[in-house]
Amino acid sequence: MKYWKGIEELDNSPEFAKNAFAEFPDFLPVKESRAGDAEDTSVAPRRDFLKLMGFGVAAATLAACEAPVRKAIPYLNKPEEVDPTISNFYASTYFTGSDYNAVLVKNRDGRPIKLEGNPESPVTRGGLSARAQAAILSLYDGGRLQHFMAKGKKVDFEEADRAIRAGLNSATGKITIVSPTIISPSTKRAIAAFAGSHRNVEHVMYDVNSASGLLQANGGVLPAYDFSRANVIVSLGADFLGTWISPVEYSRQYITNRKVRSDGPAKPTMSRHYQFETALSLSGSNADIRVPVKPSQMAAVVLALYGAIVGGGAVPTLTPAINEKIKTAAAELQNNRGASLVVAGSNDPAVQSLVAAINQSLGNVGTTVDLTNPSYVRQGDDARMAQFVRDLNNGAISAVFFYNANPVYNHPLGAQIKAGIAKAALSVSLNDRLDETGSLCQYQTPDSHWLESWNDYEPKRGFLSLAQPAITPIFKTRQGQESFLRWAGSNETYYNFLKAGWRNVLGANGFQAAWDKAVHDGVATGTALAVAPAFSSPVIGAAEAVSRLRNVTAAPAGTVELALYEKVGIGEGGVEANNPFLQELPDPISKATWGNYVAVPRAMAVANKWEQGDVLSVSAAGVAKPLNLPVLIQPGQADGTVSIAVGYGRMMAGRVGDNVGENAFPFAQVGKDGIVYTNAVTLKATGANSPIAQTQTHHTIMDRREVVQENTLAKYRENPKEVTEYERIATPEGLEKPSKVSLWQDYQYNDHHWGMAIDLNSCIGCGSCVIGCQTENNIAVVGKQQVINRREMHWMRIDRYYSSNAHKSDFDEKGKLDTYAAMEDPSDNPQVVFQPMLCQHCNHAPCETVCPVLATTHSSEGLNQMTYNRCVGTRYCANNCPYKVRRFNWFSYYSNEKFEDVNGHMFTDLGRMVLNPDVTVRARGVMEKCSFCVQRIQLGKLEAKKQKRRPLDGEVVAACAQSCPTEAILFGDMRDPSSRISKLLKREDGERAFHVLDSINVQPNVTYLTKIRNVEQSAFFPEEKPA
Amino acid sequence: MMNSFLSRTSYWVLALFLALAGSATAQDATSAATVSQQGVTPGGAAGANPATGGGDAAAIQAGDALFKANCTQCHAVNEKVVGPALAGITKRRQIPWLVKWVKNPAKVIASGDEYAVKLFNDYGKQQMPSFALSDQEITSIMAWVTSQEGQKTVADGGGAGVTKENQTATDGQDGSGAGAGKYADVLLIVLVVVLIVLVVTLVIIANLMKDVLRGRKDLDGRDVEILEQRFDWAGLYKSTALRGIVGAVVALALLYAGVQSVMAVGLTQGYQPTQPIAFSHKLHAGENNINCAYCHTSVYKGKSANIPSANICMNCHSQIKTESPEIKKIYRAIERKQPIQWVRVHNLPDLAYFNHSQHTQVGGIQCQTCHGPIQNMEVVYQYSALTMGWCINCHRETPLNTKGNAYYDNLVKLHDKSNNAVPFTVSSNGGTECSKCHY
Repeated sequence: MKYWKGIEELDNSPEFAKNAFAEFPDFLPVKESRAGDAEDTSVAPRRDFLKLMGFGVAAATLAACEAPVRKAIPYLNKPEEVDPTISNFYASTYFTGSDYNAVLVKNRDGRPIKLEGNPESPVTRGGLSARAQAAILSLYDGGRLQHFMAKGKKVDFEEADRAIRAGLNSATGKITIVSPTIISPSTKRAIAAFAGSHRNVEHVMYDVNSASGLLQANGGVLPAYDFSRANVIVSLGADFLGTWISPVEYSRQYITNRKVRSDGPAKPTMSRHYQFETALSLSGSNADIRVPVKPSQMAAVVLALYGAIVGGGAVPTLTPAINEKIKTAAAELQNNRGASLVVAGSNDPAVQSLVAAINQSLGNVGTTVDLTNPSYVRQGDDARMAQFVRDLNNGAISAVFFYNANPVYNHPLGAQIKAGIAKAALSVSLNDRLDETGSLCQYQTPDSHWLESWNDYEPKRGFLSLAQPAITPIFKTRQGQESFLRWAGSNETYYNFLKAGWRNVLGANGFQAAWDKAVHDGVATGTALAVAPAFSSPVIGAAEAVSRLRNVTAAPAGTVELALYEKVGIGEGGVEANNPFLQELPDPISKATWGNYVAVPRAMAVANKWEQGDVLSVSAAGVAKPLNLPVLIQPGQADGTVSIAVGYGRMMAGRVGDNVGENAFPFAQVGKDGIVYTNAVTLKATGANSPIAQTQTHHTIMDRREVVQENTLAKYRENPKEVTEYERIATPEGLEKPSKVSLWQDYQYNDHHWGMAIDLNSCIGCGSCVIGCQTENNIAVVGKQQVINRREMHWMRIDRYYSSNAHKSDFDEKGKLDTYAAMEDPSDNPQVVFQPMLCQHCNHAPCETVCPVLATTHSSEGLNQMTYNRCVGTRYCANNCPYKVRRFNWFSYYSNEKFEDVNGHMFTDLGRMVLNPDVTVRARGVMEKCSFCVQRIQLGKLEAKKQKRRPLDGEVVAACAQSCPTEAILFGDMRDPSSRISKLLKREDGERAFHVLDSINVQPNVTYLTKIRNVEQSAFFPEEKPA
Repeated sequence: MMNSFLSRTSYWVLALFLALAGSATAQDATSAATVSQQGVTPGGAAGANPATGGGDAAAIQAGDALFKANCTQCHAVNEKVVGPALAGITKRRQIPWLVKWVKNPAKVIASGDEYAVKLFNDYGKQQMPSFALSDQEITSIMAWVTSQEGQKTVADGGGAGVTKENQTATDGQDGSGAGAGKYADVLLIVLVVVLIVLVVTLVIIANLMKDVLRGRKDLDGRDVEILEQRFDWAGLYKSTALRGIVGAVVALALLYAGVQSVMAVGLTQGYQPTQPIAFSHKLHAGENNINCAYCHTSVYKGKSANIPSANICMNCHSQIKTESPEIKKIYRAIERKQPIQWVRVHNLPDLAYFNHSQHTQVGGIQCQTCHGPIQNMEVVYQYSALTMGWCINCHRETPLNTKGNAYYDNLVKLHDKSNNAVPFTVSSNGGTECSKCHY
């Protein structure tokens, strides 16, 4: 009798016979770092080995003789507030045309090394997006243009100014400034000063992620939303938690209404969130009820909702499933008049008009929708931009300035702009690098980085913030505003210009004190943008909007609809494209890094026999170049649709961003009413295969409640003690907590016991903590191939779990094996859970017991310490870690030239300025992992000791907790009974608090809180099959 | 190699002695540290409360500390430094005038006070900064000044009391050790010379006797044989036992030398590079008694005890010794806007985190504990080994400076409750855990 392990053994193929006696599979090649190196060069020839050995011996001998002489260079004249090795924080503002964040800049020895949220800001309230976290790296981006250029030659400021002024004076046609949305009152004044000194100047603003339709529907302003006051939220394709308008602000508002606790005076409540969308977005994955709809159905959905709430008109044809969801959503909206909110991501003014009418009818204006103090972060007018493209090509424009705008790359009409630039007699780029647009201009006068600049911002009417330089300009660049002032013939510095303008805001009385306070706080109240920006197209009335949407013809059957979307990390692909932190930040949903892909629903992939990674050629009518992108099977993608992220396929972004993915902007259509981010496409398999670098590929949690837990609000209201399932182990005394029986001795913590609580209910999966951790802890970027090889280095990751369609009754009907197999596949419209996963700092750590050299040990404060200089790289610890949070350094990422492109910030002197001097840059061959930001713990303790007191709660905060826009992560001293974490754990004990894999009794210091959903029944772990 | 071993051993003996002396005076060290660190800001000196009506001795003592913390940079009692010599100050001026002057000299000058204006003009129109000291504190400083009048300026060692004691101890140890060593050397040389003379004499005698014997004819064969006997060098050469012993000794010596040299790789103890400017700590910290934190401004605040910036040098050297060629180098650096490139003496590897303020401000450790007799160093050298063993030993042996620090209150209680017999050292509070220094 013979058993066989598989078909291979049964066949006994030569391949199998060869491998049968090799215990380990061939190792992944170590010498290869990027895809494409065909031959295996990992075998070193004997001569090379001898040469290297000889060199090594010689080098070691030399090194032993004399240590290199190191210099210590003090200031000549030390500024009073600056002390070496002591960090200062300066308030500033991050705004890149899409994402507003009030920040604090951590300055160490004269260089900014980290950004943190500014808790003083009433808009972002201390939160920070992943993009803003990573922005610090862009300051030291070697891809920036380092000096002014005129016609391909390096010139100084004066020479460029002379030439540009001469060009302006001889301009006969229009002088056009093209920029993204500018929310800086002083910048607008500077541009106005420029316009005043020349004839015929126009300023065209356009948004890459345009909200032109929304602006038009609201008379030229963007309503300010307040998600925290909405009990029912209906989003029609607006990814307001990820990329839509002001995600950090909205996330903070959104989550205040979704945090639950059982000890309040009343029963806990949560907002109910409906999301109708095509691709599975960050908002969709957090929604209580998500309905996948095709882009072409969106008009019908809006009409149906409008019909149900305002009334009027026949309900257009939609599937019963969608209709039913619209009906329940409408009913709930009706029940929450004045406390509900409908938002839409569409750029169609008709859709937005109806949404405005719905909110009006529900009485939301004045509560959740504020039109008197509108938001200013989107001001772009698609019609004016289209007019600019026409003007440029018919020669009406004689001088064009691109002010941080790259329309050749990111506008659907980029090709026409590319052709038209040469027709302008004078073309100037103020972009920070020689990008797709800037390189076509005659003059390049790069703008300084915002961390090198003075500026002011008004993201919302009445809310002002300031940016102050945290470093002198690294390169020979000049602030764009100052350039405009020079070209207007003024010699004033922008700082004085800005300050003069603020006299009107703060008042002349006691101005200096008020100004100092504003600069110190970074934020101020008051308004400086005089009037709402004018908008060219008229508002569309509701009646007209209804008739327009009725006339939208449904796409013919069989059409594949493409929805373009922005990634949470890369966004529109501006400076972010050359930022390796963001390129390697896994997409919250697909967990893919480094490049875009075609997200297809499973049914489509099965029907066409596409496998994940098969390269498809995507083409559309009127688009010159088809895209060749790999397939990614995306649960939740609406049937008959595909999604592609914009922001990739840069050709002139820099070493990191060039040739990553393909540019999908040309697939956006320029319609009559603005840019439409959808298209009808044809897909054809090319036969090639290109692996997608995903950090997490397994799909569902396979009914493992031990890892992640969730329950419904109804159940939580009924009995909060029943929402979490606790593991019990069998002992002679009956079922007991796993901690009852232990092999290990318990530690005694006298001083501190650091711990973390992560509220799964508050985590929206945005990835801000991942980047916050990466900048704080000098974590290397490894590049696409190494991610494919599963060698990414993130200390903190966010695990994403989909729900599956399987039910418990399936075990009886289909049998165990088949059910488990089925459970691995997520359902077509799954529910999603995010779980931030980091070193759990186990009190009974399995890694500690297996390290042969005691490189990982336990501290008297509950930390699981990792000592790099002691580690010899056996990797036993990683193998023994049940949470898989340990990362091994396969390469010298800071000196191996194969990583120079992706890990430039550890390579060059310029890049290294960003490194945190308190954290070691790890060498090859050692293990690393989350340290609970021990450098911050030590600093916090030291400050307390110096002041002869105990540390206060909230003084010591890990970088991830600090960064979280939704305050999902709480870090503190569990030994201190008055700390927030102690109180939280006490309150949630037996209710929502649980440890991951509790039954193996490793006793983590990281506690999770069960996710609560505002739904009738959780799609995870369903009890019974619904009828 | 042997020498270096010997010297290292003597260091250890020395260190042991110092440690004993140090622990005996630990009490003083703590209080002295408090005073010296509070000298960073004038206002901070309030901590050293002058005794209220507690008699002159207490006032003088408090005045001593305050003077050293605040005044010594510019004033001495019996000689003119940046400012005038203070001897006889209380006779020249009334105390209320002095109080007003110290608190706000600018105001006194502006008020048109004749004496003040004259003083201002005499000292190159350089104005004394104002000090936020209380009346009592100023009075106690004056009391101390009066007590010092007429005494010869003593170039004592470091600023604080314990250092002086340590210093004398060090000197004594050094002196006696060196004296004994020299004496032994002379004795040894004399002994060797005597022995050589003895051997030579004996050989000469033996040869003479042989010659005498050879001259005699009455010797028989056996006698001749004895007389002509030669030492069997070849036999000795062929002896395996001897070969073995010699071989083993050589091998052991080589091994020892090898181990020693390997252990010394990367050790830079004694490293004494030449600096671009011949700055003397002996003169500044030793003879002029300038508080370390006056120049190393962040030593009580930050991770690094920064190298002073040129503007700190200029506080005094815009007035003093302006003609010195070394000081002209500082002027040149300022004129050319090129910072001075000092050579770093103490280089910790990047993998080790060390914070000065943790040790100085919190731990109350004296600078000299790690940096050695810095006040005697003409050119600074690396005094301590700065190895991990050196760090760990200190963490194991040093009791925590918990007194008056509320951070430790509960920890001390817990420690006393559980283990009162052993001292509450740095390591018993987790001070030898990896992540305290490596992260």
